Amino acid sequence: MKILLIAESREGTLLGGSYELIAFAEAMGGESSMFLVGGDDVLPAYQGKLYLADVAGCGEYNPDVHKQLILDVVAKENPDVVAFCHSSYGWDLAPRVAFAMGAAQISEVVDIVDGVPVVPVCNAKLRRDVKANTAQTVITIQAGAFGLEDEPAGTPDVEKIAAEGEGKIEFTGYEQAEAGGVDLGKAQIIVSAGRGVGKPENVSMIADLAKALGGEYGASRPVVDSEWVEHNRQVGTTGQTVAPKLYVACGISGAIQHLAGMKKSEFIVAVNTDKDAPIGEVADVLVVADLKQFVPALTEKIQSL
Amino acid sequence: MKILVCIKQVPDMESKFKVDAGGTWYEKTDLAWRMNEYDEYGVEQAVQLKEQVKDADVTVLCIGGDQVKETMKKALAMGCDRGAQIVDDESYAKEPAQIAAIIAEYAKGKDFDVIFTGMQSQDRGSAQVGILVAEILGMSSVSTVVEFSYSDGTVEAKRELEGGVKACLKVQTPLVVTCQLGLNTPRYPTLPNIMKAKRKELLSTPVGDLLKVEARQETMRMYFPEKKGGGLILEGEVVDMTDQLIKILKDKTTVFA
Repeated sequence: MKILLIAESREGTLLGGSYELIAFAEAMGGESSMFLVGGDDVLPAYQGKLYLADVAGCGEYNPDVHKQLILDVVAKENPDVVAFCHSSYGWDLAPRVAFAMGAAQISEVVDIVDGVPVVPVCNAKLRRDVKANTAQTVITIQAGAFGLEDEPAGTPDVEKIAAEGEGKIEFTGYEQAEAGGVDLGKAQIIVSAGRGVGKPENVSMIADLAKALGGEYGASRPVVDSEWVEHNRQVGTTGQTVAPKLYVACGISGAIQHLAGMKKSEFIVAVNTDKDAPIGEVADVLVVADLKQFVPALTEKIQSL
Repeated sequence: MKILVCIKQVPDMESKFKVDAGGTWYEKTDLAWRMNEYDEYGVEQAVQLKEQVKDADVTVLCIGGDQVKETMKKALAMGCDRGAQIVDDESYAKEPAQIAAIIAEYAKGKDFDVIFTGMQSQDRGSAQVGILVAEILGMSSVSTVVEFSYSDGTVEAKRELEGGVKACLKVQTPLVVTCQLGLNTPRYPTLPNIMKAKRKELLSTPVGDLLKVEARQETMRMYFPEKKGGGLILEGEVVDMTDQLIKILKDKTTVFA
């Protein structure tokens, strides 16, 4: 089996998902080659062929041109599988490439069992085994699902490639996350609020528990999108990635994007009314309770210790 | 201006799911159904765009059986002008390339200036349909959009990347936009608008008229993930559980040290 891995770089940095792709290729048991839009300064530690397109020539976000570059490599390599990260880059580019190849795209693969891709359904409450009916397959892999056992090593055999033409979308720059606020990455204890808090007034219960424990409070995406908590406290792939000594998830069901941002915490407590919520997958302790009763009671107990 | 917004009816994700008798999908009875969350942002953006340019017509498209009409009525009450139901009792079994082919076949020749879709559905979560529709129709497309503005044929949008970073871009219509959470604040339909929506056109087309492609992939099996175990579950009276949890934290962590 031949697998073409689509690595990613942004603003002169190779993104970590690139190594997860190598781990995916190992899980598939295939022979891989790699594609990257980047520069000589972001080469991955990888023993294999690397098709490198100069970012100065084609830009970091230019889907029309990146698609064409990948299709040129696909024509050369004739891979059975083209693998992307299930990231903002992969979401955008994989369907374009799959359509041009006439290939099935299997999205957000979390595992390979006996060669069969497994994907999550309904917020990871269920899983599906999927079979492609096409000769070639495009796959996107979930962040964190495939990891290398050893430190990545090797020097790629680089072949430079270039694109002709321009894309129809004009990239005008990046907007960085707002600076300042709290650096949750430094907090030893984090108590986070999820949709289960119900209304903005209840966020104070979460903040009170965090204070009683001597930590910071955070939130999941829906709470931030509702503007109940500011964005710089968001935990998850589009917010901050944290690994504190203690993480208390209150009313958080455990969407994959949230889990990816906190599952490396040393000890995880979840408070949820739903015993089957996916957060239970990573929690050391799952308290089955309404957080609006449990959290204030816990805060009071801790304050009286 | 002609605007199309594509929506999907999905189960409430807090539901108790069961695997169906065929073993390849979830049981569809005893579930509460609603509009896919990502699509609500698409409907809101479509209606805001109409309000901005004034001379516009918004069609809301949904694929499914009779029950999707409820969800379509919500979109009409939010401000869409007309509904296009693609009648298919087995839409749940269609894979993304087929869903995209159905939408593209419907949209072909209708000269939509902007097509909005959610960036993914909450149940299947494939994150493909919007971009595939654009590729089939030869339109530009921008995915995971969290900010959108339109002026005289030019769209300025921001895509959400990882770690809170956004990519800013400009592109001309015609265009497909896939909507990420937080793009806007979807409105609640008012009672007068709910009444008005009942009189809006809702045309139904059989899926057989539009679907001309074979499935590129199929679900072999659906199942619950194995519980990894190790996690302790506390149930019972709140006061007892607070004591139990504090004891566990004292034993297993250093937070009270």
